[in-house]
This record gives sequence, C-alpha cells and structure tokens, in this order.
Amino acid sequence: MGLEINVTVNGTSHNSEVDGRTLLAHYLRDALRLTGTHIGCDTSNCGSCTVIMDGKAVKSCTLLAAQADGSEITTIEGLAQNGNMHPLQEGFKEMHGLQCGFCTPGMVMTAVDLLQSNPDPSEQEIRHALEGNFCRCTGYHNIVKSIQYAAEKMRKEGVNV
Amino acid sequence: MSSFIGKSVKRVEDKRFLTGKGRYTDDIVLPGMTYAYLVRSPYAHAKINSIDTSEAEKAPGVVKIFTGKDLLTPEGAPIGVPTGWQVDFKNGDTMKEPPHPLLVADKARHAGDAVAVVIAETREAAKDAAELVDVDYEELDAVTDGTKALEDGAPQIHDDVPNNLCFDWEIGDKAGTDAAMAAAAHITTLEFVNQRVIPNAIEPRAVIGSYDSANDKYTLYTSSQNPHLIRLLLCAFVLGIPEHKVRVVAPDVGGGFGSKIFHYTEEALMIWASRQIERPIKWIAERSESFLTDAHGRDHQTKAELGLDADGNIVGLRISTVANLGAYLSTFAPAVPTYLHGTLLQGLYTTPNIHLDLKAVFTNTTAVDAYRGAGRPEATYLLERIIENAARETGRDPAELRMQNFIPPFDGVNEEGYVTQVALQYDSGNYEPVLRRAMEMVGYEDFRKEQAEAKKNGRLLGIGFSTYIEACGIAPSAVVGALGARAGLYESAQVRIQPTGMVSVYSGSHSHGQGHETTFAQVVADRLGVPLENVEIVHGDSEAVAFGMGTYGSRSLAVGGSAIVKSIDKVLEKGAKIAAHLLEANPDDLEYAGGAWTVKGTDKSVGFGDVALTAYVPHNYPADLEPGLDFSSFYDPANFTYPFGAHIAIVEIDPDTGKVDLKRFVACDDVGNVINPMIVDGQIHGGVAQGVGQALFEGAIYDDDGQLLNGSYMDYTMPRADDLPSFEVDRTVTPCPHNPLGVKGAGEAGTIGSTPAVVNAVLDALSDYNLSDIQMPMTPERVWRAMQNGS
Repeated sequence: MGLEINVTVNGTSHNSEVDGRTLLAHYLRDALRLTGTHIGCDTSNCGSCTVIMDGKAVKSCTLLAAQADGSEITTIEGLAQNGNMHPLQEGFKEMHGLQCGFCTPGMVMTAVDLLQSNPDPSEQEIRHALEGNFCRCTGYHNIVKSIQYAAEKMRKEGVNV
Repeated sequence: MSSFIGKSVKRVEDKRFLTGKGRYTDDIVLPGMTYAYLVRSPYAHAKINSIDTSEAEKAPGVVKIFTGKDLLTPEGAPIGVPTGWQVDFKNGDTMKEPPHPLLVADKARHAGDAVAVVIAETREAAKDAAELVDVDYEELDAVTDGTKALEDGAPQIHDDVPNNLCFDWEIGDKAGTDAAMAAAAHITTLEFVNQRVIPNAIEPRAVIGSYDSANDKYTLYTSSQNPHLIRLLLCAFVLGIPEHKVRVVAPDVGGGFGSKIFHYTEEALMIWASRQIERPIKWIAERSESFLTDAHGRDHQTKAELGLDADGNIVGLRISTVANLGAYLSTFAPAVPTYLHGTLLQGLYTTPNIHLDLKAVFTNTTAVDAYRGAGRPEATYLLERIIENAARETGRDPAELRMQNFIPPFDGVNEEGYVTQVALQYDSGNYEPVLRRAMEMVGYEDFRKEQAEAKKNGRLLGIGFSTYIEACGIAPSAVVGALGARAGLYESAQVRIQPTGMVSVYSGSHSHGQGHETTFAQVVADRLGVPLENVEIVHGDSEAVAFGMGTYGSRSLAVGGSAIVKSIDKVLEKGAKIAAHLLEANPDDLEYAGGAWTVKGTDKSVGFGDVALTAYVPHNYPADLEPGLDFSSFYDPANFTYPFGAHIAIVEIDPDTGKVDLKRFVACDDVGNVINPMIVDGQIHGGVAQGVGQALFEGAIYDDDGQLLNGSYMDYTMPRADDLPSFEVDRTVTPCPHNPLGVKGAGEAGTIGSTPAVVNAVLDALSDYNLSDIQMPMTPERVWRAMQNGS
C-alpha cells in the first residue's frame, strides 16, 4: 500500500512511506507537521498551498506526495535564514501585505518564484504573477507593495532568492 | 502627548503568519483524534425515506456513524441551532422559526443539507465510508427565487410556514410617503436584484470537538468570529450542557467577513458526537462544502421609487423588497434585511418621507445572513443607484444632486445628532467634505473632459459615485433588545497588570485579520505610557476571557476598544492611590504621564512598574486598599457609530466585448479617529475589493432544481490581483462623540461604498444607451447584451 519517497524539505532529508493518493500538501502538513502550508480549496485555484519545488512555485494540493520523490522543497517555514526574515517576509510586514494570514504563505512563495525570474517586476507583472492566488482580505493593494518593497531591497543588497 | 495613536505601527501578529507559525484550527492535532465527514444531500429539496449505514459501518477505519434519528430531544424533536434575532410580522405575530436540525431526518431543504456524519480514524477513511452511506431520497420540486417562493402553489419548504413567508415587515411612514410621491415633480423608478454573493473566507470553516470524560469537560476549537456567543448558544440553546463545562477557542482564523459569526450545526454536532465516542473529532470543510453551507449574503429583489421636487430636492423614497433568507434561519438572518437595512435608508440625505415594505422568504437555498456590511450595502446600493439614475434622468450632475440633498454638518456635541425618518439618530457627520475630497482626488472636471475626448475616439469611459453612511459599533443592548436581538451587544475587557508592570489584556472581541493585537496594544500602551512590547492582547478563548460578543459590524475598536479604555481608567485610578501612598501625597495632587505618577509641580514621582509591584507586594500599602492591579469592564455603547464616505470609480468598457476595466478607484472615508492608519487603509482596500467583486464578478447561480452551479473556485469568480487597480484612499476625521476613543469603525466601509460606484460608472460610460440598470455581476456578456439591446 505504501510508497517510499525521499524528499528534502527546508534542507532536511525525509524518508517516508506515503499512501498513493496522499497529496503533497497533506504530506507536508500531516506527516512533517509543516502547517504553514495551507489548504483553501479543492480545485487548485486559491494558491494557499504554494511551495517551491526544485526551484519553481507549485501548488502542493495539485501534486501527489509520491510525485515529489527525489525533489527539494522549500515551504514558508524554510524561508527565513538564521532567524532573519527573507526580504519578502519583511516586505509583507512593512507594507501590511497580510491581514488574516491564511493566503500569506502561498503569496510569499509565489512571489519568491516571481522575483527569481524577474527581479524588477512592474506592478502589472506582479499582479499577473499573483493571478493563481486568492486573497480575500487585502484587495491585493498592499501585497503588490510588499513585493515591490522586497524586490527593491533585494536588488539593492544583491540578495538572491 | 500621544505616542502611539495615529501611528502606522507594524503589526505584532505578522511574524507568526509570515513564518508559517500561525495556529489555525486545522493545524491543531489532539491525541486520539478522529475525523468527520458529512454526508450531504445532493438535492435541494427531497424527502428522506431511509438511510442505510450498514455498509459504511463495515468500512475500514470507521469509528461511528450518526444520523438525524440519533439527535433528538427527550420529547423527540430534532436537536437544532437557534436564531439570535426575532422580528415580528406587521400584525404583531412572531416570525416563523422552523427547526434547523444538526442532521436532517425527514427531508433535505437545500443542496448540502447534512443527513449523516461519518467518524473515522483518518480523513480519507471517513470520506471513503461516506460514499457507502445509502440515502433513499424522494426528490421534491424546489424553489430558489424569493419572489417565486411566495407564490401560491410554490413548493412548501417548512410544514408550518405558509407561502414560505418568514415574516413581513415595514419601516417608515407609508401614508406620508405615498402622499409625497403623489406630489413629486419627478419619480425615478428602479427595479433591481442585489444578487446573492458567497463570502469565501480563504480558510474554510473548521471545527474540533473534544470531550474529556475524566473532568466531564468539553473543548470546541472553531474557526469563528464569535467564540463566546457560540458557547452560550451551544450550551444553553442546543445541547443543554452547563456553560462552565465548555471551553470554546477560536484560534487564528483565516478571514470571516461575517460568515464566521454564526453558530453552525457542525459546531454542536462535533461537540455532541465527541461525547458519544469519547474521542476528539476534527471536521474541516472542503471548499465545495463551504460554498454549500457557509451563510451567503445579500439576495434582495427590490422595486424602489425616488421622488424629487422641481428643484431636485428629494421628497420621498418608497421601496418594496423581497429578501431571500435561504432554507433555514441563520443566527442573525432576520436582522439583516430589517434593522441593518431598513434603518439605513435615510443615507446621507434629508429625505423627509421614507417607507420600506419587506417580505422575508424561505427558499431551497443555503441560508443567508450577514456578509461584510450586512444590510447596509443593500441600503447603500439602492440609494446610490437610484439617486444617480435620478440625476441622469433630470439632467443634473450626480455629485451636485447628492450635495444638494445632504444632511447639514452636526458634531453630536454642540449640535444634536441627526434623527432620521427610520429610527436612528446619527452621532456626528459632515458629509460634503468627503465627496469634495474624493472629487478632488479623482480630478472630476478634468475627467469629464477626458471622457468627452475619448468618446470622439469611440472609447467608453465612465465615472460613478457612491456616498454612504453605515451604522457600526453595534450596539446599545437595550436598543437592540427592543428590536428583537436575543443577546446584549456590549463588549468586555480585562486589563491585568502583572507584578512586573507588564500588561495582559483579555478582550471579548476577536481578530481574524483586523490586527487587534496591534491596534488594541497601541491604545493600551498610549494610555498607560508603557512600551508597546510590554502589552499582550489575548482573545478568542473562553477560558481566558470573561465573555464577549465577538467581532462583526465594525465593532471591535468602537466597543471592544472602549471596554479596554474603561479598564485602563480603573487601573490608573487605583494606581494613583498606591502612588499617592508611596509618595506620601494626596491622589488628587498627582498627574499621570509618561508611565509615572508625579506630584504636580514637583519632581517627586513613582513609576508604573513600581506601583504594579507594590500592588502585588503590598508591604507599604494603603490600609483600605485591596492588593492587585487587575480590572474588568463591560462597555455597552450609548449609540451606534456612523462612519460615512464617498467612493468614485472610473471604468472603461471595451465596446466590442463589453468587458469592464476598473481603471481607478478613489475612496475618501470618515471612520472617526484613527489609531493605526496603515491598518485602516488595509481594511478599506480589502472592503473595496469585495464590493467591486459583487459589482463585476461574483454571484451565486442556482438552477431551477436548486443546484448551486458555481459552487467552486473554478466556477465562482472572485477578484484576482490582475482584475484590480491600486486604490487611492484618503479620509476626513469626524470623531464619534459618544465613545472614549472617538472611533467609528472601518471594517465594512469599503464594501458598503464601492459596489454602486462601479455600477454607476458603467452606466455612465453607457449613458448614450439609455440604460437604467445592468444586473450585477456586470460580466462582459451582460454588458455587451445591454449595449445591443439599449437604444
């Protein structure tokens, strides 16, 4: 019944046995207790479950845990380094890019992917990049500003995502 | 001098959310926990002939299955959830209040009605077994439209509710309004639907029920805006459990927007079932369940008439509305179309005659209750649509027509509050400046030139206005009690000074995104003169907080914040006695500033921390004073608060496709004094997005059989980041005269004001087409069709 997988999550390697139907989102939340990855829908539309897998933002409710075998995953818990918040985490705080916090991990991880490929995005490029993520609290206004804040800081300081 | 008020302090709660350490209900795992899955009716209206659970019971991992037959009172009636507000018929009869069972045994009344609960060792096992529950349904005709449900011969949803009429109701002066309308020089008529929308907090509803047999105690974790009221209803009105045996915790909650105010059946069901199996049970709504079972919002069908005299003065407003309440009465459903809607029909205008005739109706749809704004958006939509149509019909400027009819300024101190035709007394208001400021921000005159220029090139630009007032800070308990509320609407706060001078504040209010932990701490730090980091705000746990009425109706700061101020005042009064003792002075000779009591005119002073320590180590202490520095207060407001504002939308319509592009959105709001401008702006942004969502994107679609056709995020359109512009916001400040902070509330303003501004802008862009209405949401298809059919 079980499938054996090996995944590296936030730098730690895990050997786990998973059910064939277990979603990556449920594996992260239930097996690894990384509950910062949220589940807001059942149709892969809300983006709350977004994580970085092998360098790309993916919706972890759309992947089976088995499909993540051999991959490297970063979740919101793995973004801060040595107790220092990532510029995107800092940007969301400075620019009030979150209210209830439920969509926030997905927003931040989506933005990580955006800034990797486009370090200086326009407002429209940011808005376009976020179209797979719902926020019901902020009207997106301050999320855009948060990502602009982070992009500017990362460009100035030469930080890589 | 104020050190924290009016400052955009960054939120103290953000760190946990940004590092994945938030603690939402689904993040909680209890030892021995089981998982529940609900078997829900696929039919909107169906008799239940039988339920066979035998196959499901044999499925792997199943712990227990319950149906409605297991959930009966000793008298044999179904155990159900109550309604928190009573409205009477015009003739004085009590509204119809049919049972709302935790599990239905006789028939399903909307698609998604729960008929059985399967409890298993895992989420997957519960869901698998639920597939094996065999329910024999006999499908009945369904009705989903409020007006059709009232017709003779319509399907009857509840046995003792003829014509599905829950109640009829009126407010205002019918005879006076009829006379005024008969004498009006011009009458603008508008028939429209304020469509049903679905709140869609991104965190689905979530419940854990846990029973501790050793102590005969229950714990309910629930994604709720209102944990203390849930406990009261659950204990006293549903399950008959002594309140002191139940702890309710609403931990981090991922948005509410009204939909998490109410006492839902799943909360009582999980608590009841956890007692039966003596194990904790977790239930997390799937998104499709949220669509079918979270209370929906709006759903009014309205005919309105606005009368003007020859000079453009409003002389009367006459309305008839059918409000669709869904299949059951949700907790506050009866209040929404009545006391939160009918009483707001004065708006900002001096309208001398108003009458609303209302019918509230059951249908085979999900229950409708308060959704961000709750009644006030419906009132504002009506007023702001009809006045703009009136301006267009009579060739007047929409802004000028509004200002001509605005209530003159009053501050509620030197001038009396404004008494409306519909039962309220506005606290303070100064309406023209918000509209003038919004027009300045948008550059109104320049826009009109740009619009005319664009028209020559075949481009369709439009501008739409909306000015609104809302009643927030709900509310004086005696008043709402007289209006049918079955609860008081005060708030509690305990301010506990720790021996080291640190401050713990326990609030009955609840944050699910509003930033209480920051804003409340700013108020406390400011009043006590202590560092912000010395203040901790605790909320959402009935075992920590005395009691509370929760967060909705933009009431947290106006009511909950005022309760905190009351407790701080008591702390400072007692602290002064201790300080006077230590300083060997008279308390009246002391002044408190900067975290210390000082003998006026001297440099003799004692710090807050020293006084706190003395209160708990009372060796050198006033003989007649109790030790300790810890005070609770309940604040019951003297009146509602009345924020107001002006919103302006600019749109461009693609003439070929009918697609509406929201190019700019300008808001000037007056929410009274502001503690944290960053947070208030954020509330306005989010509110505007939801209001724009209703105007352009959102709306529940039921087919004739009562199936919700767009019950998923694939099908229900909510605004995404690239559907919206950045918003332009500003404010004026007219303090609330009756609460100690002078605040009015900001949570719903954006939603209330924005919807009609967008619709008005579309109709302005299409002014050559002679349209009086386009049904929301104004999808490209609807706009395009309106353009083809218009003149």
